[in-house]
Amino acid sequence: MIGEVGHFALVLALVVAVVQAGLPLAGATRGNAAWMAVARPAALLQFGCVALAFAALMHAYVTSDFSLRNVVENSHSAKPLLYKITGLWSNHEGSMLLWVLMLTGFGAAVALFGENLPMALKARVLAVQAMIGVGFLGFILFTSNPFARAFPVPPDGQGLNPILQDPGLAFHPPMLYLGYVGFSMAFSFAVAALLEGRVDAAWARWVRPWTLVAWCALTLGIALGSWWAYYELGWGGWWAWDPVENASFMPWLAGTALLHSAIVAEKRDALKSWTILLALVTFALSLIGTFLVRSGVLSSVHAFAVDPTRGAYILGLLVVVIGGSLTLYAVRAPALNPTGQFAPISRESGLVLNNLLLSTAALTVFLGTLYPLFLDAVGGGKVSVGAPYYNATFVPLMVPLVAVMGVGPLLSWKRADLAGVLLRLRLAAGLAVAVAVGTLWGHVGGGGFAVLGLALAAWLLGATVTELVERLGLRRGGVGGGILARARHLPRSAWGMTLAHAGLAVSIAGISVSAGGQVEHIAAMHPGDQAEVAGYVWRFDGTEPVTGPNYTADRAHFTVSRNGRFVAEQMPELRRYPLQGMTVADVAIHTNGLADLYVVLGDKRGTSPEAAPDAAQATSDWVVRIYYNPLVPWIWFGAGIMAFGGIVSLTDRRLRIGAPVRRRHPAGAAEAAGA
Amino acid sequence: MRRILTILPIVAFAALAGGLALGLGTQPDRLPSALIDQPVPVFGLPPLGAKPGLAQTDLGGRVILVNFFASWCAPCRLEQPALAQLAASGRVPVYGIDYKDKPEDALRWLTSLGDPYGRIGIDRDGRVAIDWGVYGVPETYLIDRAGRVRYRYAGPVTAQILTDEILPRIAALERS
Amino acid sequence: MRRLHALLPALIVALAMTAGPARAVLPDERLADPVLEARARSLGQELRCLVCQNETIDDSNADLAHDLRVLVRQRLTAGDTDPQVLAYLQRRYGDFVLLRPPMKPVTWLLWFGPAGLLIGGLGYLVLAARRRGAPEPMPLTAGEQRRLDALLAEAPAQRPANH
Repeated sequence: MIGEVGHFALVLALVVAVVQAGLPLAGATRGNAAWMAVARPAALLQFGCVALAFAALMHAYVTSDFSLRNVVENSHSAKPLLYKITGLWSNHEGSMLLWVLMLTGFGAAVALFGENLPMALKARVLAVQAMIGVGFLGFILFTSNPFARAFPVPPDGQGLNPILQDPGLAFHPPMLYLGYVGFSMAFSFAVAALLEGRVDAAWARWVRPWTLVAWCALTLGIALGSWWAYYELGWGGWWAWDPVENASFMPWLAGTALLHSAIVAEKRDALKSWTILLALVTFALSLIGTFLVRSGVLSSVHAFAVDPTRGAYILGLLVVVIGGSLTLYAVRAPALNPTGQFAPISRESGLVLNNLLLSTAALTVFLGTLYPLFLDAVGGGKVSVGAPYYNATFVPLMVPLVAVMGVGPLLSWKRADLAGVLLRLRLAAGLAVAVAVGTLWGHVGGGGFAVLGLALAAWLLGATVTELVERLGLRRGGVGGGILARARHLPRSAWGMTLAHAGLAVSIAGISVSAGGQVEHIAAMHPGDQAEVAGYVWRFDGTEPVTGPNYTADRAHFTVSRNGRFVAEQMPELRRYPLQGMTVADVAIHTNGLADLYVVLGDKRGTSPEAAPDAAQATSDWVVRIYYNPLVPWIWFGAGIMAFGGIVSLTDRRLRIGAPVRRRHPAGAAEAAGA
Repeated sequence: MRRILTILPIVAFAALAGGLALGLGTQPDRLPSALIDQPVPVFGLPPLGAKPGLAQTDLGGRVILVNFFASWCAPCRLEQPALAQLAASGRVPVYGIDYKDKPEDALRWLTSLGDPYGRIGIDRDGRVAIDWGVYGVPETYLIDRAGRVRYRYAGPVTAQILTDEILPRIAALERS
Repeated sequence: MRRLHALLPALIVALAMTAGPARAVLPDERLADPVLEARARSLGQELRCLVCQNETIDDSNADLAHDLRVLVRQRLTAGDTDPQVLAYLQRRYGDFVLLRPPMKPVTWLLWFGPAGLLIGGLGYLVLAARRRGAPEPMPLTAGEQRRLDALLAEAPAQRPANH
C-alpha cells in the first residue's frame, strides 16, 4: 500500500513537472503573469510529491518491507537502523530518488526564497528546473522504479555488504548529490538568462549562493569519499583516479571556475559569456558523471550494477539537456556584450587565467577518464589511463594555478600594478623559499614532490594572509585600535575567500608530503617481533579471536612506542563475514593530527601460496603492513576548512539582500561603489 | 571569431555523445589478444598422464585449436561438451594447456568430464600462459597453418559460440 | 618562469618515480636488493591488474597480479631495464596493461590535448587583449568634474586602499 502511494506520488510529480516546464516558460515569453505564477505552486507541489515518495520508500526500508524489490536487494532485517536508512541511497534506484528529491527541493527553495527575483526570470528558471525533473522522473518511472514489487515476498533481504555499513560512506552520496544537483540551479539560471538574452550583475548575484551551496557540498562529499577509502579499504591510499572518482572531481573543478567567474560577472560586468558556459558545463559534467557510473561503459570498482538500456536513456537525456543548452549558447551567447573592460594585468585577467587553468585541469581529467572508452568505441584499440598519466598532466597544472592564486586577490580591478603587488608579496615568497630550504634540510621525506608542494602551500598561505592583513589595514593602522572594528566590518565573503584559499594550502601541504613521504613496511611477523618504521617501534603482542554481530575476526595487538615512550596501542583486525563469504581488513589508525600510524593485518601466512604453507612456523606468521603517513590528516582538514570558508561566504549579507543597481546620477557614484 | 568559440562547445559535445553512444555497445572488460597474427610463443610443456605433451613445434601445418583450462575453474566445465563434440568430429586437432593445476586434480577432472584433447601440456607456474597473454581461464585460441595465433576467445566455448564464432573462423583459416 | 621550465621535467620524472602504497605485495615476493625492489615497486604502479576493476598489480590480491609481480622481479633480476620490463608485458598483453598510455598517433590527443588547450587559450587571450588595447576611462560628467575639483581643493586625504 505504501509502495503504491509512493509510486503514485512520483507519477503525480511527473505530471506537475510537465506543467511546470511548459506553462511558465510560455508565460514568460508572452508576458502572461498568470501562467508565470503557476511556477511557484507547481514547484512546491512537485517537491511535496517527491518528498512523499521518498518518505514511502524510507518507510519500507525502516520497516524492512520485503515486498518491494529494491528493499529486498539492498537491505536486511539484521542491519542496524542507521544503515537501513542510508541503504536507501546506496543503490541505483534509491539514489536516483534522492537525486530527484534534491532537484525538486532546490526548485522549491527558489520558489520560496526567490522573492526578489524578477517574475520572468523566476518563471524561466523554475521551468528549466522542471524540464530536468521531467527527464529524471521519467527515467525513474520507466527504467528504475524503486517501488517495483517482489513476488513472492522473500523472508529476508540480500543487502548486507559489511563494507558499506560505515558512517563515512553513508553520508558521502547525499553530500555528492547535493553538489551535483545544486549545480543544476546555476544551469537553470544560465539557460533562463540565455532565453532572456541578458546577463547582468543582479543575475550573477543570484546565482552565487546556489553555486556556493553546491560547491561546499561537493567539496565535503569528495573529501568524505576519499577519507572513507583511506580508513576503510586498507590500501593506504586515498585517491586512485578511478573513473567514478574523476566523475565527481570534474564538476568540482568546473564549479570552482564558475564561482570565481561569477564574481567578475557581478562586479565588473565582464566574463559573462564564460560564466554562462561554465554554468552549463559544470552541470553537464554532473550529468555525464551520472551516465558513467550507471551505464556500464566504464569498468570501475565503484560502478553500480550496470544496464545498457539505462545507459541509453541517460545518454538521450544528456543529448537533450546538454545538447539543447549548448545549442542555445551558440545562438544567444554572442549577443551578450560585456561592458566592463580591463587591462591585461588586472584582477579580471587574473581570474580569466584562473578560469583557463581550472578548465584545462577539468579537461585533463575528462580526457583521461573518457579516452579509453572513446578509442575503443572507434576501433582504435584498448588503452589504460591510470595515475601515471594524471601525475604527468594534471599535477603540473596545479603549479601555475597556485602561483596565480597567491597574486590574484591582491591585484586591483580593471588595471593593476603587477610589480607593486609582487613587492607586497615578498614576505610570502620568502616564506615559500624558507620552507623549501627547510624541507630539504630537515629531510622531511618525499623528495622533490614534497619540497615543491610545501613551498607552494607556504606561498599560498603567505599570500592569503598578506591579503587579509592588508584588508584589515594592519599595515597602516597597526594592531589594536580599530582593528576589531575593521575585522567586524570586513564582508563575510572576504573571510570566506581567506578561509577557502588557506584551506587549499593546507590540503596541498598534506597531499605533497603524504604522497612523497609515506614510509611503508611490509613483513611477516609472529608474536614478539618488532618493527621499526620512521622512528616508531611496533611490538607485535599477538592475536586473539573476536566475535562481532555478523563476523568473526582475529584481532592483533600492537604496542607502539617512540624513543622508549609509549605512544599508542593499535588493534587491526581481519574479519570474516560468513554470510557474504568476505574477508575484510579493519585498519587501525592512530593520529596526532600531523601524521598517521596506519596498520593493516593481512593473511596468516608469511609465505606466498606456492612456497611451503604447511611449515609450522608459517601458521603463526601474519602479514603486517605498517605505514607512517605524514601530514595525511591535513588533506581532509584542508577540505573542511575550504568548505567552511564557503559556508561563511554564504552568510554574507549581500547575498541575501540582492544586488544594487548602478545609477548614473551626479551624486550616485558613491552609492554604486558601495557594492 | 566569437561565433566560432561559441559553436565549439556544442560541436565538442556532439563528438562526445557519438563516442558515448558507440561506447554503450562495447564491453570494457573484454581484452583483444596482443598476439593476433604473431607466431606462437616458444614453449615446451611436460605431458599430463599418458598423452603426449605440447610444444610450439606441435603447432602449425594445419589449423589447430588450443584451449587453456583448469580443474579448479568452474566455467571450464561448461565448455567440455562442445570441445568433446569438436574433437570427436575430427575437424581440427584440439590441444589443451592445463593452467596452474595439480596433475592428479587435472587427471581426475578429465576422467570424470571426458578428455577431448589430443595433446595436453601442463603449465604449473602459469608462465607459459603469461607468454600467451592469457588473463583468465578458460581461453581458446585458433592457430593457423603457419603457426600464427589468429583468434582468441576468452570465456567458455559453448555450443552456440562454437557454431557462431569458432567453426566459421576455422573454415576461413583453412581456405586461406 | 625559466627556472620552472628547467624544474618541470625533473618534477615530472620525480613524480613518475613516486611509488605509492601497495595493498597486496607480500613480504617474500620482495627482492633482497633494495634498489631492484624499489624499481619493482615503481613498475608495479605502472602495470594494470587485468582481471580487476582499475587496480595496479601492487594493489590487487588476484593470482594473476601476484604472478605478474613475481615476473617483474624476475625480469629485473635478469638485468632488464625498466622500459624493457614494461615492453615485455606490453608484447604479451597489449597497451591495456600499461597504466601510462603509450605515446603514439592515436594517443596524441590524450597527451597533448590539455597543453594544447592551455596554449591555445593563452594565445587567444593575448591576442584579444592586444586587439582591445588599454581600456579608455569614461569621461567625467560635468557634475562629477565639479565634485572632483571640490575634493582636490580640500586638504589632501589619505590615499584609499586598492580594492
